[in-house]
Amino acid sequence: MSAAQWRKAMNNPAAARARPALVAVTAAATPSQVLLWRSLAPRHILVLLAVLLYPVVATPFFVYQIGAQSLALGLVALSLTFLGGYGGMVSLAQMTVAGLAGYMVAIFGSSSAVAISLNWPWWLGVAMALVIAVVFASLVGWLSVRTEGIYTIMITLAIGVAFFYLAQQNYTLFNGFQGFNKVFAPTVGEVDFRQPLPFYYLALVCALAGYGLVYYLVRAPFGLAIQGVRDNPRRMNALGYNVTAHRVAAYALAGLMAAVGGVLLVWYNGRISPGTVGTGAMLNILIIAVLGGMKHPLGGYIGALLFVLLQNFAIDLVDRERFNLVIGGVFLAVLLFSPDGLMGWWTSLRSRLQPQSGLASSPRKP
Amino acid sequence: MTRSQRNLGLVWALIGLPLAALSLWGLVDNARLYVTTLLNGLTLACLYFIVASGFTLVFGLMRNVNLAHGSLYLLGAYIGWMVGEHTGSWVLAVAAGFFSAALVGLALQWLVFRHMQGQDLRQTLVTIGISIVMADLMLWIWGAEIYTFEPPAWIYGSTSLPLVEKFPTYRLAVVVGAIGIGVALWSFLNRTRVGMMIRAGVDDRAMLAAAGVNVQLVFAVTFAIGAGLAGLAGVIGGSALSVSPGEDTRYLLASLVVVIVGGMGSVVGAAIGALLIGLAEQFGQAYAPTYSVVFTFVIMVATLAFKPRGLMGQAA
Repeated sequence: MSAAQWRKAMNNPAAARARPALVAVTAAATPSQVLLWRSLAPRHILVLLAVLLYPVVATPFFVYQIGAQSLALGLVALSLTFLGGYGGMVSLAQMTVAGLAGYMVAIFGSSSAVAISLNWPWWLGVAMALVIAVVFASLVGWLSVRTEGIYTIMITLAIGVAFFYLAQQNYTLFNGFQGFNKVFAPTVGEVDFRQPLPFYYLALVCALAGYGLVYYLVRAPFGLAIQGVRDNPRRMNALGYNVTAHRVAAYALAGLMAAVGGVLLVWYNGRISPGTVGTGAMLNILIIAVLGGMKHPLGGYIGALLFVLLQNFAIDLVDRERFNLVIGGVFLAVLLFSPDGLMGWWTSLRSRLQPQSGLASSPRKP
Repeated sequence: MTRSQRNLGLVWALIGLPLAALSLWGLVDNARLYVTTLLNGLTLACLYFIVASGFTLVFGLMRNVNLAHGSLYLLGAYIGWMVGEHTGSWVLAVAAGFFSAALVGLALQWLVFRHMQGQDLRQTLVTIGISIVMADLMLWIWGAEIYTFEPPAWIYGSTSLPLVEKFPTYRLAVVVGAIGIGVALWSFLNRTRVGMMIRAGVDDRAMLAAAGVNVQLVFAVTFAIGAGLAGLAGVIGGSALSVSPGEDTRYLLASLVVVIVGGMGSVVGAAIGALLIGLAEQFGQAYAPTYSVVFTFVIMVATLAFKPRGLMGQAA
């Protein structure tokens, strides 16, 4: 790079804006790690109690169809929030990673396709599925970090659709159009995870773990470096950070979360077919993440809850066939009127109610 | 011979020699299958080129990845089909496909994208939302049936060619038509005043505006042409194959891969990319049916690995 180009890059207003933001994040993060417990507000405990006690008051339909499904979908969306919101890499292939993990559970575990399924013990199958999905996610990352911004969307979309066609056309491994049926959650000891209640708590534990991981990570050095790379990759490179490695690592981590979500989803549905990883499903994850808002790890779950509620109750408002119209319309409305999604509304509401709290005293804003 | 030239030669030899050997084997083994596949691949490549050239034109000028491009393809096909059914004229159907998609594209540019300039990601997400809504609306209006066109008699039927006894005349017409469109697009971009403005806009948008050109108007024209090409391809492709829901995703993926391989914003790149992808897809389907998608994918990966901006791509 010539000196003139370098000067130009440094004088770029975008770069100048990015500088104070990064400093502010760093300054806000260090005390927040120390004060992690003290920063627990009553509303956090309230939400935690609500999700823990939810099955006591809700019917099995609400526990399983709404609760567990939202948590599993939310976990996949969370992986996209982490990649897109914090890493600046909007990948449409997160559902593909989740779907691959689901397929691997079906292939290594047991299913109706006896010729393909290997009938391994469930824990080994799940471990293999997670490993393969993470490797796949890293490959996707390695491929797409060569490009930036909107190119990433296109390449991950192309990868996802290619995987969909592969799963649909290939019968030796993916069992083609039919996919796999009867892929059930295991029974561990006395607990049958096919029942709504245990499955809900399983999904809840995974979801909380994912949330905690992202919440911790975006304040840890690695997460801060990722956000630095998002804001100005060139400067991070100059500071001695390996930009490509950080990005690929972010893909791998997001892949792990998506893979856990995918395993939960295949157990939830009891089946997997190419439709699970189709374009519609890939876009749904993006819709969920954008609906909830990509600036907060909670956004994925909020978006997933709204999405699942719409999916189940949009029939009462419109024809069942027209669900895509409703969800597409809601998606467009959120994009046009509230780019930060529902969490964006919440944040602006909070800042309006307590105008005295500035950015530095509110570590919850990444 | 410089070092880069020698490297280029090495790459050509590494890719070209095995391909040439495989082609030779294909010709000796079953010449008829080989030539038919080649012609089918060319036809498909031409279709892909028409769809992708509009996509790449819009991106090159506006940095707007229009993921609703596939929906415009399908919309043009449906409206073209209705017009064709009412008037009985296939040529009118093609025109209707072009103009309906162009109008919708114009409306999109004027009502939506004009208001979010420079916000690449948001624009892209909005096009995704629009494609979802449009796909569902089209499913609502036209249902899940499969529609087919009836091309006029002079391009219907079959032509006998050497080695291939009978080949559908229509597919040959598609090849000729696509070359015509390519030449027309090239002359429009290189020989007319508006084309000159578009090229200038691709190079430096701010400078073009400073020179006193109404950039919004140039954007609108480009978007209309790009969208119109998608609609035109809808009728032409619908006549070669058929029209049904789901085609929008297929052609969107095709245009994505073609422009990723060819390089964003370059019409020549779109032609090269379309040729590679179309041929790879058809040969894959003929010789290794279950893995044909993988070939497309391998081409994309290889291109990205060596030329991240595509074969004809330039720095943004």
